[in-house]
Amino acid sequence: MPRVIRRERLVPNIHLLEVEAPEIARKCRPGQFVIVMPDERGERIPLTIADWDRERGTVVSVFMAVGTTTRKLALLKAGDRVPIFAGPLGLASDTGRVGTVLCAGGCFGIAAIHPLARAYKAAGNRVIVLVDVKADYLLYWRDRLEAVADAFVVSSRDGLYGGTDYVPRSVRDILERETVDRVVAVGCTYLMSSIAEATRPAGIKTLVSLNPIMVDGTGMCGACRVTVDGRTKFACVDGPDFDGHLVDWAELYARRKSYFDDEVRSLCAWEEERFP
Amino acid sequence: MSEQEAKDRISPSLAAAVLAEFEKDWRKELRRAVPVKERLKTGRRPMPQRAADERNKDFSEVNQGLSAEEAVAEARRCLDCAKPGCIAGCPVRIDIPTFVKLVEKGEFAAAAAKVREANSLPAVCGRVCPQETQCEEKCHLRKATGVAVGIGNLERFVSDYERREGGAVVPPPPAPTGRRVAVVGAGPSGLTVAGELARLGHKVTIFEALHDAGGVLVYGIPEFRLPKAILVAEVAYLERLGVEFRLNFIVGKTATIDDLRTEGYEAFFIGSGAGLPNFMKIPGENLVGVYSANEYLTRVNLMRAYDFPRYDTPVFPGRRAAVIGGGNVAMDSVRTAKRLGAERALIIYRRSRTEMPARVEEVHHAEEEGVEFHFLTVPTRYIGDEHGRVKAMECLRMELGEPDASGRRRPVPVAGSEFTAEVDLVVVAIGQSPNPLIPQTTPGLSVGKWGTIDVDWATMATSLPGVYAGGDIARGGATVILAMGDARTAAATMDRRLREGPDGPSTR
Repeated sequence: MPRVIRRERLVPNIHLLEVEAPEIARKCRPGQFVIVMPDERGERIPLTIADWDRERGTVVSVFMAVGTTTRKLALLKAGDRVPIFAGPLGLASDTGRVGTVLCAGGCFGIAAIHPLARAYKAAGNRVIVLVDVKADYLLYWRDRLEAVADAFVVSSRDGLYGGTDYVPRSVRDILERETVDRVVAVGCTYLMSSIAEATRPAGIKTLVSLNPIMVDGTGMCGACRVTVDGRTKFACVDGPDFDGHLVDWAELYARRKSYFDDEVRSLCAWEEERFP
Repeated sequence: MSEQEAKDRISPSLAAAVLAEFEKDWRKELRRAVPVKERLKTGRRPMPQRAADERNKDFSEVNQGLSAEEAVAEARRCLDCAKPGCIAGCPVRIDIPTFVKLVEKGEFAAAAAKVREANSLPAVCGRVCPQETQCEEKCHLRKATGVAVGIGNLERFVSDYERREGGAVVPPPPAPTGRRVAVVGAGPSGLTVAGELARLGHKVTIFEALHDAGGVLVYGIPEFRLPKAILVAEVAYLERLGVEFRLNFIVGKTATIDDLRTEGYEAFFIGSGAGLPNFMKIPGENLVGVYSANEYLTRVNLMRAYDFPRYDTPVFPGRRAAVIGGGNVAMDSVRTAKRLGAERALIIYRRSRTEMPARVEEVHHAEEEGVEFHFLTVPTRYIGDEHGRVKAMECLRMELGEPDASGRRRPVPVAGSEFTAEVDLVVVAIGQSPNPLIPQTTPGLSVGKWGTIDVDWATMATSLPGVYAGGDIARGGATVILAMGDARTAAATMDRRLREGPDGPSTR
């Protein structure tokens, strides 16, 4: 079973997990994900790959502790084993040279956009990184992102970083200031859909990394189906990247909430068992 | 060679072996001991099963298996024909008369060993094979009396006996050939290839994408029809034969076939299955509460959602469940819905009862358990509530027209027959397509119109040297036993290739 190298809290509720997975580390590319299961009775969930070290053979993922699975992951210690850490899954993002790229991330997506920004930069693009945080103390990896960005912008809701608006306003501000050829958004469904709406009037190509519920992650079950341009796609094998202007967001919101009541029940049951 | 020619062929060496067994003295004595008239008189021993209204509330196995006395009595019905039909009806060519007569003689362990010579998953096949269209259809007793020998029930009996007695005997280790084989997918065909080649001294590694070995046997077929403990025992046996399992390894993603070749694997078997569910592409199919059968069954079987919240994976219980389709997967889904508490569990099938591809026993069991069958009906649209959850489906009645390419009469819509039914759970079980991961990531691999890997049915060779394929990835959607038949053919070819080298005369 794959061994945990490191698990640390980056900011409240957001954790980093580094796992020994030499094959995945050798093979993975920006935009891909892994399927993780925290213990034998756990659920399989997809996590975007945030970094890797091909020499050491390790893969890093960043996640927010929300439900049972992520709470379990947040309790892992170095040396622990996880039964499943499988991948790399999904198609890699297209990170070719397009001109100026705005990479926007929020929550776990702040980490997930790092390899994308790095790859876009390496391909010769001008890279603007925009991160969305609810408050200043939720910002992490600033140094790492600044190192690969030509410009770094924080949109925060507490005013400490100069902006007081949600991320779509920040996107619009950037679009007013300079010509952007592509926008890439990774984070919660709200962040991605609102960014897609912000770029829709100008028709700027906006790629979003969708995170619907998955089970196997290899195309076998179809839990992750999303409607894109009127056609059903499987996010696990046809994505996870899609054109944000063509995604049926209402359907994605509904499908992501499929098991909301069960998720609460599961968490309560787990808390009772673990913290009686 | 075509698929049909390959299907009908019995090799001369097998025919000779079967004849040699037939002529042994103990067989002659057994034939003399009970006159044919006597054998013809006894009726088939029914499979003992749990009461329908008890079993439809839990996931324990429905069929309980024959007792030793019942098995011997059933075996006595076999006429031990000089020219048996049953063997040609079996895709893996078990020497059926010999194993049945060993049961009659009370030598259950020897009978189990006989089955295992040709079938590496006898406890599985004894439970899930469609015997009525295979061995039992060709049984001469069926032709004489209308009721075949219960070959499947006997296969199950001997394999259960073997497992209870401590499992199959591991043969003395063969001389290692030093050749490494990669098997993609731990389903019925992959497990079979691995077992065959390991017994011949090759070093076999099975790469499996999921976290349990078994493929459709573990994610698809429910516990009440095929207990997981059986699979666990079969996997343990393969491990004792020296087969290595690499779980959570997605060939095509974690490493490609070419990567594995670089690592020193010399022959490959692709048994990655039909892991891509089909949908009807009708409005509302992505509403919450509409599942593919693959997802529904995977949640319940592999992820154990029936034990939620002890296990973390949820599934909708469904008060009024509709399952679309008429195959075994549809039966498994609808019986699962019933067990999870559905007040009404419906099968919606576009043709009539006679065209249903499901095993007769599964349809029968489903009916006993209270499943409602709605034939000649097809959904045209699903209707959602304000939360995007399915609450109803619109259907259309059909009637049977002219036969189509499959020989079954084609269903034609009846004009003006639309009606709406209230449902809160829909499971779409209309078949699967081959999973695209391997074809997508294996340059040069020739793929047919429906995404199946092209093979030569006589050898199971693909367009790439050293790469073989079988089961649903080559067939598009068939049965466990046909996949295992493909696997036996492939294993024989692969063994020849590994011994003779790529330029040997009999590889491709």
